Amino acid sequence: MLEISNLSHTYGSGPSAHTALGGIDLSVAEGELVCIVGPSGCGKSTLLRSVAGLITPTGGRILLKGVPVNQTPDDLAVVFQDYSRSLFPWMSVADNVSLPLRRRGQDKRQRRESAMDALEQVGLADAAAKYPWQLSGGMQQRVSIARALAYRPSLLLMDEPFGSVDAQTREDLEDLTLRVRGHHNMTILLITHDIDESVYVGDRVVVLSKSPGGIAGDLRVGLPGPRDQITTREHPEFVRLRAEVGRLVRGMRSHPAAAS
Amino acid sequence: MISSVAGSRVLCGALGVAGLLAAAELAGRAGLVDPAVLPLASTILARTVELATDGEFLADVAATMQAWALGLLLTVAVTVPAGLALGSLPRVEAAVRPLIEFLRPIPSVALIPLAILLFPDRLDMKIAVIFYASCWPVLINTMYGLLEVDPVAKETLRSFGFGPLAVLWRVSLPSTAPFIATGVRLAAGVALILAISAELIGGGSSGIGTYVVEAGSSFDGLEYILAATVWAGMLGIVTNSLFIGAERRLFRWHTARAEGAR
Repeated sequence: MLEISNLSHTYGSGPSAHTALGGIDLSVAEGELVCIVGPSGCGKSTLLRSVAGLITPTGGRILLKGVPVNQTPDDLAVVFQDYSRSLFPWMSVADNVSLPLRRRGQDKRQRRESAMDALEQVGLADAAAKYPWQLSGGMQQRVSIARALAYRPSLLLMDEPFGSVDAQTREDLEDLTLRVRGHHNMTILLITHDIDESVYVGDRVVVLSKSPGGIAGDLRVGLPGPRDQITTREHPEFVRLRAEVGRLVRGMRSHPAAAS
Repeated sequence: MISSVAGSRVLCGALGVAGLLAAAELAGRAGLVDPAVLPLASTILARTVELATDGEFLADVAATMQAWALGLLLTVAVTVPAGLALGSLPRVEAAVRPLIEFLRPIPSVALIPLAILLFPDRLDMKIAVIFYASCWPVLINTMYGLLEVDPVAKETLRSFGFGPLAVLWRVSLPSTAPFIATGVRLAAGVALILAISAELIGGGSSGIGTYVVEAGSSFDGLEYILAATVWAGMLGIVTNSLFIGAERRLFRWHTARAEGAR
């Protein structure tokens, strides 16, 4: 589905140049939910922006369904952390969700239906006529998620999607993400700095090391589903994984017992 | 709450105007000011009301407002696209910037004699002068507004595969619209000043400025000159508040979001 090989990116040139990514190899299978976790400044966002085609990486190659990513791929949507800046305040919630569908060549009625359908999935059908700034932060981020869902991307990129909401809303949005991924056969790349979140949400956790970003670890999450905020988080495997990811994020060597 | 604050502001303003008028009236009646130099406030007000039924004067007002509206329309039609182009193309902006910085400080009134030579038709002349003066606030606000467009908003649309023109049309233009509207409101005030100035200097057959020039040659002209001036001031206030009202209605999202962020 997604093949990243030897991806590197350097901002600027000369003595002030900063290498954000130093050669990343990553392969994501179709339908997988991969969490990218790492300390701040490890190039997580650079990785996501390269995959989204928003920046052109200085080295390496990204293949999406076998096609090199040169500009923004058609079959991809991004949920940004900053929902209040990512949603358009001059448009109603329904118009925000249906706008990208113009790229899908849908007529007005189809766009409206798809938008209502997606809003229904995130539990915001009642808010369709409202404006984003009339909603709470958590609801606004659900609108962004609905906008991405309505677009039916085969790859969904989420850049610290729950970083700006309170803890309770964060758990709700994590569960929402797990629920909606089942509706479509979406592949999800979720970037976070929250170790618990990466283990709770992901099928796989990829840990990036600090600058220049490289892959410090790639762990498969073998937790029994469906996941639950209480029972999953007290599962021994969850506890083991979060400790393992925590060590990797801090740049410590992998625990011998976990390596086997 | 907000409406009561606004209400008390209007009340304070009205009291201020009434106080000034009363003081002027008293000064005149007490003999402190010679009515030949400054007519009584009550006389000016009476003349102002009288002008409302003067068909000839109303035709002059219509002529001024026609030039004002056409000039403003031309300004918006030309300057908003120009501002969007300059704001989106940094190289072109860099090339044009010195020219703008040279032209902008030239007092528009000083260009009226030149405009008279270039445009034999008086209406064309007025529109040209209005355009020159009122294009700057619209141009500068459009360019400034474009700089303020949130990069995250633009990236959002780009990430869905929209091209640069679609991003300009669907994100940059709506985000910039409140700034453009403020520029147009400032331009509307400047346009009225220039319309009347062009009439004062350029003459012609109709307009508030023309009326003032002609009134100056009559016996009780001063009273009518001042009454016409009051009319010009009121037209300015009315058009300005119409623009403010329209901005509030159209760009509720802009103010609502700014308040939410605080």
